[in-house]
Amino acid sequence: MENLQCQCGHVNPPGTKLCESCGRSLTEKDQNSKLVDMRYEGTARRSQTYNKSIIDKIWNFFSSVKVGVSIIVVLLVAAAIGTILPQQAFVPATTETAIQEYYADTYGSIGRVYHFLGFHDLYSSYWFIALVGMLAISLVIASLDRFVPLYKSLKNQRVLRHPSFMDKQRIYAEGPGAEDTLQKAETKLKELKYNVRTDKNGLLAEKGRFSRWGPYVNHIGLIIFLFGVMLRMIPGFYIDESLWLREGETRAIPEVPGYYLESKNFELENYSGEGEEEVFGEALDRVGTVAKNYQTDVVLYQKPEDALPGADDSQEVVKEFPIRVNQPLKFDGYAIYQMDYRLDELKAMTFALTNKETEESLGELTIDLIDPEDIYELESGSTVELLGYYPDFSGFEDGEPQTATPLPNNPGFLVELTTPETPEGETSFITIQNTVEPLGENDYKLAFQSVETRDVSGLTVRKDSTLPILGLGGLIFMIGVAQGMYFNHRRFWIQQKADGTILLAGHTNKNWFGLKKDLDQVVEHASLPAYTDQQDEIDKAEKAEKEGEALS
Amino acid sequence: MNLADLSSNLLYVAFIAYLIATFVFGGAVKGNKEGTFKSEKRWGRVAITITVIGFIANLGYFFTRWGATGHAPLSNMFEFTTAFGMTLVGGFIILYILYKTPVLGMIVLPVALLIIAFASMFPSEVSPLIPALQTNWLAIHVSTVVIAEGILAISAAAGLIYLLKVVDLTKRSKQRFWLEAIMYSLVLVLGFVVVSTFFSATGYEAEFTYVDKEGADAAITYSMPPIFGMNEYVALTEDAMTPLIETPALVHAGKLTTVLWSVIVGTVLYWLIRLVFRKRIAALLKPFVKNVNLQLMDEIGYRAIIIGFPVFTLGALIFAMIWAQIAWSRFWGWDPKEVWALITWLFYAAYLHLRLGKGWQGEKSAWLAVIGFVIIMFNLVAVNLIIAGLHSYA
Repeated sequence: MENLQCQCGHVNPPGTKLCESCGRSLTEKDQNSKLVDMRYEGTARRSQTYNKSIIDKIWNFFSSVKVGVSIIVVLLVAAAIGTILPQQAFVPATTETAIQEYYADTYGSIGRVYHFLGFHDLYSSYWFIALVGMLAISLVIASLDRFVPLYKSLKNQRVLRHPSFMDKQRIYAEGPGAEDTLQKAETKLKELKYNVRTDKNGLLAEKGRFSRWGPYVNHIGLIIFLFGVMLRMIPGFYIDESLWLREGETRAIPEVPGYYLESKNFELENYSGEGEEEVFGEALDRVGTVAKNYQTDVVLYQKPEDALPGADDSQEVVKEFPIRVNQPLKFDGYAIYQMDYRLDELKAMTFALTNKETEESLGELTIDLIDPEDIYELESGSTVELLGYYPDFSGFEDGEPQTATPLPNNPGFLVELTTPETPEGETSFITIQNTVEPLGENDYKLAFQSVETRDVSGLTVRKDSTLPILGLGGLIFMIGVAQGMYFNHRRFWIQQKADGTILLAGHTNKNWFGLKKDLDQVVEHASLPAYTDQQDEIDKAEKAEKEGEALS
Repeated sequence: MNLADLSSNLLYVAFIAYLIATFVFGGAVKGNKEGTFKSEKRWGRVAITITVIGFIANLGYFFTRWGATGHAPLSNMFEFTTAFGMTLVGGFIILYILYKTPVLGMIVLPVALLIIAFASMFPSEVSPLIPALQTNWLAIHVSTVVIAEGILAISAAAGLIYLLKVVDLTKRSKQRFWLEAIMYSLVLVLGFVVVSTFFSATGYEAEFTYVDKEGADAAITYSMPPIFGMNEYVALTEDAMTPLIETPALVHAGKLTTVLWSVIVGTVLYWLIRLVFRKRIAALLKPFVKNVNLQLMDEIGYRAIIIGFPVFTLGALIFAMIWAQIAWSRFWGWDPKEVWALITWLFYAAYLHLRLGKGWQGEKSAWLAVIGFVIIMFNLVAVNLIIAGLHSYA
């Protein structure tokens, strides 16, 4: 394509609609239209100019508003589909097959189809992420396609424009003027906080140009936000671990080297409906119990880097803190949240070694259910040897006891009992409900005495270094939106011809009402000729024509 | 009288003031036969005064309830929905000050009344906050959202007025159908209010046990005669009506019963109106919009969105994410309420692009504004009551 030379001599890049220098219309269509199209100042947008190579086609595709809106609508519909049934993260199943079964069992054929189509994990599906990616590309390309030429054009604005540019502006006036008209107009416009530039017999007054950058600024904010979200995939930026911590236990914090956490106490408090909470009585009667507080009192320790492994005495207390919902423990860029809990987990069980016949006890032993000992020696000289420990006994398989989980939900013990009377030893398998004696009837048994329990806190360990980036993106977006929506770009061009005639044109990107209010003041002060809103004239003419048709 | 009682009395005052103001606004618009706007201005001033009095009472309700409960009254279905009705009126007052349009009040106030009446059908006793809600972010996040939604809803009201004026009701068309569908759905809400009030006034209750979708035993109390029975239900109340249809475990027959009763009563009401006036509801309203300045309505609709959209972004996305990060350890988790907030935001973003980039003004814009309101209501009603998630507090 060739450059376009205007009558004024200025050479414009191909695709320009209004001469960059004098504002004359360069295409026949624009020359014949009553009003000039001022969007993007009539500059050459790449997408409107080239359409040959594959790159042109891609560029044009993504710079189109229609395509952008279509992507938004498709994303919107897809997001809605993802809420028809719960996403897999919210269903009580963890393995791939269990999840599939859950959808089929709970939701029948709808669930089966939903799962088959991958909608159970819609928001992490490749096509959904691809859609978000397309939106990002569209944001970048559509913005560049418009911003670059607009910026250039507004930066290089000439004061004097060709009369054919002026009389095709929506606000236009032509009429006689006095000698000091221009000066008076200039003073008034400056008073109204316009930037005024003059050149020979004309002036250009401008206000709020920065509002034109609003859309591009808010798009930059969105891009920064999406970039921040993408960064989380890079190792080190983002940590999400869970930590189950029992009362009294100290554990290394996963993925947080050098730090340890001890739980002193877990507390679950419900509303009582009494005293100060009496106002809640009615509500509590209706819904039952309502939790008031979940809290884990923790101590955070740090082990210096040069400490010897296993040397516990070098731990320093960093902080004592009650972690509650909405009040995470924060340290060194990490945060630990109260997310879940298990009340009354079994901690230790106490048994008495008892003679079955006489009911005589040979002493007691307490088995720690997290860290049991191999052999317990009683004062009487008897021993209890723990041959096998099954914290969550789930039955036998090939004669072997099995454990479902490592948590002490249903502990089972395979023990050998040795007493002075039975030095050979007797084998017994003990669970909470019953005792099995696999090798024949025994003389002794372990009689259950008592159990100790404690609470377990479900904590989440989190680090998210992308948060400042996301915050910045959000802030820039809001600034851009305010900049573009609540301010507007107003301009007036005024020229005085040699015979004293004044030409006046005005333009704003929005809020014509505000522009006219400004202009009214200038017209009055500088006795400018009365202006017309040419758009209104056109609308009126069209309306009259329509009514005319309706009558005939 | 304690603070909680004072609070509910103030809500009554607000309700009645809005009701009166509706008719005065209607009279102001209708009385303007010559289109000179003189009487309209005078009666409009009376009506807005009544509205403002109602709004002050409404604010009084809000803050006295805050005092009574010890937390911002935005924590359950009753409180949030009532606040939505209030911000809707607040948004209207702002736009009335800017544009002086009584006809807007004639549409907004009845909708606000419907919303407040709808809210009152939910348990309204003072309820305690669960740990996740015990933070100032409750007041910050939810109040911003409810203000934004109130303002955005004004744009739908302006859109509706625009459509009432431009849609030709004498000819069969898609537009005529959908416009009447909007009116019909408003009457359905009225149906819900009427039928709920009726059965709660008569003290209807029927208890059942059933088996839920996880296969566990559960119990339910119907407050309306059960049309649908829960999965494998057993009646506990002796003289209760036997459900006509038993639903599978997936469907919550109790809620479905409420919906069907509302539809039945709402439809009866709708056809009664049609029979009495022998006109569509849209046609009944048509004379009121005769003098409406279309350009102005378009401008109000747009203005409401450019005020509401940034507030919505701030409240429903930015504040929401900050709080989610503090309470749930992640700023975003694709919880249904979060997703629908994003959908609402994307929708209004699309609206703005179509309007500013594709020149969608006037009627197209008006339809979009009405759809936006439908999305907001869906997020409020359906997402809370049907789609379970972290936000189902009601």
